[in-house]
Amino acid sequence: MVEFGGWDMPVQYPSGTVEEHLRTRKHSGLFDVSHMGEIDVHGPDAIPFVNRLTSNDVTKLTDGQAQYSALTTPAGTVVDDLLVYRFSADHLLLVVNAGTTDKDWNWVSSHHAGENVELNNVSSEYCQLALQGPEALTILQKLTDLNLTDIKYYHFTRGPVDGVQSIVSRTGYTGEDGFEVYAAAEQAEKLWNKLLDAGNFGSDSGVLPCGLAARNTLRLEAGMSLYEHEIDETTTLIEANLGWICKLDKGEFIGRDALSKQKDSGPNKRLVGFEVVERGIARDGQDVVIDGQTVGRVTSGSPAPYLKKNIGFAYVPTESAILDGEIEIDVRGRLVKAKIVKTPFYKRSK
Amino acid sequence: MANVPEDLHYSKDHEWVRVEGNEAIIGITDYAQDSLGDVVYVELPKPGDEFATNESFGSVESVKAVSEVFTPVSGEVAMINESLADEPEKVNSDPYGAGWMIRVRMASPGEVDSLLTAAEYEDFTKAEKE
Repeated sequence: MVEFGGWDMPVQYPSGTVEEHLRTRKHSGLFDVSHMGEIDVHGPDAIPFVNRLTSNDVTKLTDGQAQYSALTTPAGTVVDDLLVYRFSADHLLLVVNAGTTDKDWNWVSSHHAGENVELNNVSSEYCQLALQGPEALTILQKLTDLNLTDIKYYHFTRGPVDGVQSIVSRTGYTGEDGFEVYAAAEQAEKLWNKLLDAGNFGSDSGVLPCGLAARNTLRLEAGMSLYEHEIDETTTLIEANLGWICKLDKGEFIGRDALSKQKDSGPNKRLVGFEVVERGIARDGQDVVIDGQTVGRVTSGSPAPYLKKNIGFAYVPTESAILDGEIEIDVRGRLVKAKIVKTPFYKRSK
Repeated sequence: MANVPEDLHYSKDHEWVRVEGNEAIIGITDYAQDSLGDVVYVELPKPGDEFATNESFGSVESVKAVSEVFTPVSGEVAMINESLADEPEKVNSDPYGAGWMIRVRMASPGEVDSLLTAAEYEDFTKAEKE
């Protein structure tokens, strides 16, 4: 167990990170992500308020739809990345990272400028279980009368799962099809056990409980950013290749001017994916070297259990952010060759 | 319960030593491989490299973490287990056999006497767990 954002969480369960990772890619994995924070935004100005604080366009959401977005600083850097759920025109839910929940809550509530909304930090009221993998739908369907096939990617519905009132969202952090189920915190253990039973936990291809380590390797293979690694308050969304969640034409929002300016002038550094081509594993925080000069830093580096490669994300100067470009990683004093590759590293076949 | 063979010597850094004449075969213990999880990469020195006692001679990496490995005895590396380059998982499946790491010509064979016995190592890991 490790401390993570104030929560005690398992790094891995007894089957181990590699098996958890592969089982999720091939069959299904179950993640207790109850540590995630939730901020409820209710009132007639819910949409304009959240639209002013986040980079993506909240007005584009319909009821029952979710959106990946970011809380941005005036400099266009990232307070946190988040999901915005729209229940109705006057009711949104922000799902934020565990380690930043308090910071986000302070940020959101202190930027409340007279809009007619009620804000509530409801993080402790929710549990969240993520069932991910190609068999996730079949397993979850055993526990609910909701028609899961009808829920499109990045959409959600509300209804009972095994009699427990839930939000069932077709989202995830693994690069697989799957669902995130939010319910009352006290229902977590019951739901967890029901999902394991429904997924034939214990059989060779049954669902496996997965820890933080597999959650990290799965999201990395899928090319997704992790807060405090690829993104933080020192990196902008443009630098992090998250321009696709910057809707600069949507109207005023915190950080828009800075992001717009940087989009025009081009950033000095960029996030790239890389693959180690020699023996060695790049790790978080190691230096990126080009022509003997330290030019950047690895933000996430790890073996990729499904791809069977050693991969990572790094910031490099924009002029070096070229596909197939050669870089070196300083792996504890040894320079190891790597090349810049397209992300996501892994993309599921549909 | 971790396997701790009677006939080996142990270090507090969780390496084992099997003495054969003036040479020592070194690997990591069952307890160590179990704590690390799936080993995906092993970095070893070259034959001929010399190490003092308790010096880092390489590293063992799981998906999540890097752990250095240390020489319980001083000496010159005579052989390394080259098969670990392609099959690092042997460290998990057979830590005291096919998962051995290096063979060292001991500079002072008497050093093994200061290492832990199997019983002492078992007590040590129990205490560490608690």
